[in-house]
Amino acid sequence: MNDIIENIKTKGMQKFIALGALIVLYVAFSVFGNNFFTVDTLVSIFDASYYIGFLAIGVTFVIITGGIDLSIGTVMMCSAIVGGTLYNNMGVPLWLSLFVIILVGGIFGLLNGIMVSRLKLPPFIATLGTMMVASGIGSIVSNVQSTTFPMRSAADGWYKNIFRTADNFPTGIFVLILFTLLAVILLNKTVIGRYTYAIGSNKEAARLSGVNVQRWETVVYVISGLFAGLAGIAYAATYTTILPGAGQGFELQAIAGVVVGGTSLSGGVGSIIGTFIGVFIMSILKIGLPYVNLQPHYQTLITGIVVIGAVLLDIYRTKKEKSIKSKS
Amino acid sequence: MTMETKAPILTMEHITKEFTGVKALKDANLDLYPGEVHALMGENGAGKSTLMKILTGIYKKNSGKITYLGKEIELKNPKEAQEAGIIIVHQELNMMNHLSVAENIFIGREEKSFGFWLDDKTINQKAAKLFEKLGISIHPKEIIGNLTVGKQQMVEIAKAISYNARIIIFDEPTAALTEAEISELFRMIEELKEKGVGMIYISHRMDEIEKITDRVTVMRDGEYIGTVNTHDTTKEEIINMMVGRVIYETPKTESAVKEDAPVVLKAEGITMSPSVKNASFSLRKGEILGFAGLMGAGRTELARAIFGADKMEKGTVFIHGKRVEINSPMDAVKNGIGYLSEDRKRFGVAVDLSVSENSVLTALSQFSEFGFVNDSLAHRTSKEYCEKLKTKTPSVHQLVRNLSGGNQQKVVIAKWLIQNSDILIFDEPTRGIDVGAKSEIYTLMNELAQMGKSIIMISSELTEVLRLSDRIIVMCEGRITGELDIKDATQEEIMRLATLREQTV
Repeated sequence: MNDIIENIKTKGMQKFIALGALIVLYVAFSVFGNNFFTVDTLVSIFDASYYIGFLAIGVTFVIITGGIDLSIGTVMMCSAIVGGTLYNNMGVPLWLSLFVIILVGGIFGLLNGIMVSRLKLPPFIATLGTMMVASGIGSIVSNVQSTTFPMRSAADGWYKNIFRTADNFPTGIFVLILFTLLAVILLNKTVIGRYTYAIGSNKEAARLSGVNVQRWETVVYVISGLFAGLAGIAYAATYTTILPGAGQGFELQAIAGVVVGGTSLSGGVGSIIGTFIGVFIMSILKIGLPYVNLQPHYQTLITGIVVIGAVLLDIYRTKKEKSIKSKS
Repeated sequence: MTMETKAPILTMEHITKEFTGVKALKDANLDLYPGEVHALMGENGAGKSTLMKILTGIYKKNSGKITYLGKEIELKNPKEAQEAGIIIVHQELNMMNHLSVAENIFIGREEKSFGFWLDDKTINQKAAKLFEKLGISIHPKEIIGNLTVGKQQMVEIAKAISYNARIIIFDEPTAALTEAEISELFRMIEELKEKGVGMIYISHRMDEIEKITDRVTVMRDGEYIGTVNTHDTTKEEIINMMVGRVIYETPKTESAVKEDAPVVLKAEGITMSPSVKNASFSLRKGEILGFAGLMGAGRTELARAIFGADKMEKGTVFIHGKRVEINSPMDAVKNGIGYLSEDRKRFGVAVDLSVSENSVLTALSQFSEFGFVNDSLAHRTSKEYCEKLKTKTPSVHQLVRNLSGGNQQKVVIAKWLIQNSDILIFDEPTRGIDVGAKSEIYTLMNELAQMGKSIIMISSELTEVLRLSDRIIVMCEGRITGELDIKDATQEEIMRLATLREQTV
């Protein structure tokens, strides 16, 4: 019985630390930054969190299985380019184009899933390949031109309201929260979630217990791909113009958010709420640093340090877990 | 108990299994009755695990017949075995540590609605009911990783029962359990007996075998030796059956170490929990010191600690009477210690490098100037050692991958001799080496000892220990349980010491 309490304590503590860090950061920037504590800044923090947030939620599933998905950044851009090209050049209605964006993400996810689960490629290599393939396809489809989605004033400008209304109300935060809750339910209340944890905890034991490991591993990468598609829509709605070849590096920001949120890269441990908090930590850093007069190159430096710190924390945590286990 | 009146639930007859040229099972037999606890015994490598892996569908047999519940069966995978009611409780527990107890028990068989929505309430209740029936107190919602090994094992047994197991195989179930947990386990086994479940019990612990089992089947070298009723037999008889092979190797009868040979290595109070407990011993010049014991006795761990491959918690090492700090293999090599791993391919040789490159690897600095390796000197030295050790290789440029196990071992020996190591630790020196090459390695080791090298030899083959050692140290569960001079050593005495558990000391 004590074990349970102990467990809740340690697990709750991790989320508490992340949430604490989030609040401390926000307060610190508000105190030390010029004009940081404004609605506009908050909205830009939200804007920066939508697409990274979707990427991070999707990849959390993959990371809990002990895998990794490096392709999400370029897949997100590639999907958006495909959707945008369909809309601009082929007269496909916007709603259908947006749907296609999600679909393309899912197809890339399926490709990753098949490579990892059936062809037994290491996830790092498989998704690294997909990352480049998606980047290439994006450039080919767009003919190395930028893809522009309709402006707010245009006839099809309605889609922008999904993430922000004309009078600057951040509707997107509710969309993000909605999908966060959906992912929480998926991970904690459904068979998919159970097998996600089971595979990450002990793949061989799961297999010996009769779990169809290949199928569920594929599903997890498909989820990651679908969320990358969603991220593509969020990016298009927020920034309108999409450059081919962009998107590289977004996957690392997303993964950084996941790790900062307490999901272990060694698998078996992790939560969507943690990822949600982690993403906002990364966004606050990104948006906030210019307010304390640190230029973009410093942001990269500091983001790097935060990522290394988070991974170190993860390693330290796993080590500690192990030492506790060997003692018992 | 009169088993013969009932029909057996399982018979395995004339089972053979070959792994690329090595016969792991030559003629294995086993039968099991409902409600019986049947001990399966034999030395390491006798084929017990292979036989059990065939029974549970992990390996496929080459020939032989398995009859289960009156029908001949051929299990293709572990899942089929599970569904048929044949369950193994592994020595290393196969659990998903981050999941809860109930989640682990019902993984792959969740209660769900609409095909995906989990109903954890029901599995928690089912698990609770299961535990209640078995009389064990474990909360279904507890995370498995937080339970003690003993409790984890209870969960695994409960899982087996929830599959309606007819046969449960216990592979060294008590290896990691405390006294209290063991009696809890035995109580559960008794209950399962009443229910008519047949159990195969693999263990080296004689006192447990006597206490819990009905019959004993002994295997040796992949062959069936015999089955006896536990209560009609003695510990000595079982040990005789286990080790009783004709000793075709002439054992050493007297220590070849000179009376006045100095102590070259002395280890005091080496502790590395949980595998090594307060181990002290000394090694003299020109001596072959055999380390005997069962798998998991802590011999390799002790050797690795002395070599600096793993960090020891407590203990001191003296070399030539001087206290030394060994924190890494580098320190050990500097102090003249060489380690020949039991897993040659992983830790001993670089298989994709040539004989010459492997031979000079450790002593590379002696063969290089300003960072450039003097290849011709390396080739010459390597060739010299190939001749000295009679290594069979077309040339020193041959890749080690293409050499036989025995010749690979010689390359490793050459490596340490070139480095001028005078203390050599051989961990299972002849594992994976065929009989002919074995005696060559033995001769070589004897010659090394005569040259004044001191050898620590860890071996699970008693005949090997008796043939080579001048002195034998026996370990059991991390402790040194005895030291025998070669002239007093017998297989029976070594086995007795190797199974001397802490509680019975």
